Amino acid sequence: MIEYWNPQIERMHVDELQELQEQKLKELVHYVYQHSPFYRKKFDDASVKPEDIKTLDDIKKLPFTYKKDLRDTYPTGMFCVPNEQLVRFHVSSGTTGKPTIVGYTKNDIYQWSLSLARALTSIGVGRSDVMQISYGYGLFTGGLGMHYGAEEVGSTVLPTSAGNTEKQLELMQDLGTTVLACTPSYMLFMNEAAKQAGISLKNDTKLRIGVLGAEPWSEEMRTRIEDLTGIKAYDIFGTSELSGPLFTECTYQDGIHIWADQFLVEIIDPKTGESVSDGEQGELVITTLAKEALPLVRYKIGDLTVKTSEVCKCGRTHPRIMRVLGRVDDMLIIRGINVFPGQIESVLMNIPEVGEHFMIIVDRVNELDTMKVQIEMTDAAFSDKVNDIISLEKRVASSLKSVLNLAVKVELVENGSLPRSMGKSKKVIDNRKR
Amino acid sequence: MEDKIIKQISLFSENKSGKLASIASNLTSANVNIRAFTIAEAGDFGIVRMVVDKPDVAHSVLHNAGFTVSETSVLGIEMADVPGSLSVIADVLGEHNINIDYAYAFVTKSDVALLIVRVDDIKSALKVLSNANISLVGMSDIEAI
Repeated sequence: MIEYWNPQIERMHVDELQELQEQKLKELVHYVYQHSPFYRKKFDDASVKPEDIKTLDDIKKLPFTYKKDLRDTYPTGMFCVPNEQLVRFHVSSGTTGKPTIVGYTKNDIYQWSLSLARALTSIGVGRSDVMQISYGYGLFTGGLGMHYGAEEVGSTVLPTSAGNTEKQLELMQDLGTTVLACTPSYMLFMNEAAKQAGISLKNDTKLRIGVLGAEPWSEEMRTRIEDLTGIKAYDIFGTSELSGPLFTECTYQDGIHIWADQFLVEIIDPKTGESVSDGEQGELVITTLAKEALPLVRYKIGDLTVKTSEVCKCGRTHPRIMRVLGRVDDMLIIRGINVFPGQIESVLMNIPEVGEHFMIIVDRVNELDTMKVQIEMTDAAFSDKVNDIISLEKRVASSLKSVLNLAVKVELVENGSLPRSMGKSKKVIDNRKR
Repeated sequence: MEDKIIKQISLFSENKSGKLASIASNLTSANVNIRAFTIAEAGDFGIVRMVVDKPDVAHSVLHNAGFTVSETSVLGIEMADVPGSLSVIADVLGEHNINIDYAYAFVTKSDVALLIVRVDDIKSALKVLSNANISLVGMSDIEAI
């Protein structure tokens, strides 16, 4: 029996959904043109008037919005409502420049909660669940975003935030946590910490679901996490500019459902800007259809993904995007070859001897880019014969080479020596940037 | 003959300063005495191999300290502390196609030296060495050294 939060909307016929989107898109362009000097100028510069948008297809006439626009108009230059209507700010971490500020009206917060309520219901989270939220609370959208979504669904929230792992594990057992929301890195960290404390997440807790995201992770890592912890691990997707964490897969784990009444998804060819067909990889572009404070028109998030409009096995008609393996920002260019850290993770997690932690180190030696991947020596992989270890390094290197088409040096390091993370993990050290 | 198998402690270590000190201090605190010790160095990492009086204690203390460590079955072969002893042993193993993965030797307080070897076929090695009247030491002998 499949549960829906809002069956009328979630199973709405595709044609009706598109009509709804068309209506909302037309309202949006009028709204931003009227309320945002930024968008008025952007539309004027592109010689497009709100009246020009008559059908969904006309979206192509609209200019893209970039992350840079948010930075250039720092702090609140793109907002469409006065301060009196705002109820909250969130601030992105700003690792690649100035932070970006996102503002929310009361209704924005509510719409955000609804999106998550649908998503959580679709992975089987409900009123009887205890949901431990180990995303950071504060300026980051992860903690508070999930919090409101989980309360909307009616689960009991345990707002632990990130860190203090010993306490997290104690409360998890004492209060019977069934759902854990955190980054995949923190999930692994918690599992290690539990093991050291003699607790098996599989046998000694009621944990059954992980809502994992805020950093890219691969299908192979999912398999590892599910095997290690005995939970079902679901990918959650979102970004602060769109509100925060918003969408998940359903129990079929076959793509992330993007609620079409709230957001309009396009996948475009990054070079031409033209949209690509379903099933073809391209860059994700999202238009918000229900946001008031900071609506975004054709926002280029920078994720590379694939879309499908096929109705899901769960009965939901909204489009799905396949799991995002990386942002264009995360892409490394090594000797002219594009490499995503996610590709490396996929290869490593397919080799049973390789542990869950790794570090990619990029350098430039004599004008030549080099890439080194450090992996940890696990008990299972350890042999006291030097040749066995060297041949493991070679085997990993050749697997990486066959996928990346790039020579990689693999270095085994001591178990536990690579950094663990309670939030978003850092898996790349690029020494070329210094 | 199983009692003639020695549990060697093998440990993975990055080739960094301070690693050996950390291993040693962990063993000191557990009151473990090292009888024989060698490091196989291979660039970025090394494998520390040692024969100790209390291998199980050593294993657990090093494991708890976060090291990747294992107990490996090796043989402790007695050699008269005179020229030619090693060749006798090597000949016996070679004649029977038993390959030595690695070996290291140390001299005890008595007049015998001990050769620690890891071989690819430990059962056969036990048999052919005993047939050749070559003596092996067991864990109890190691403790008593």
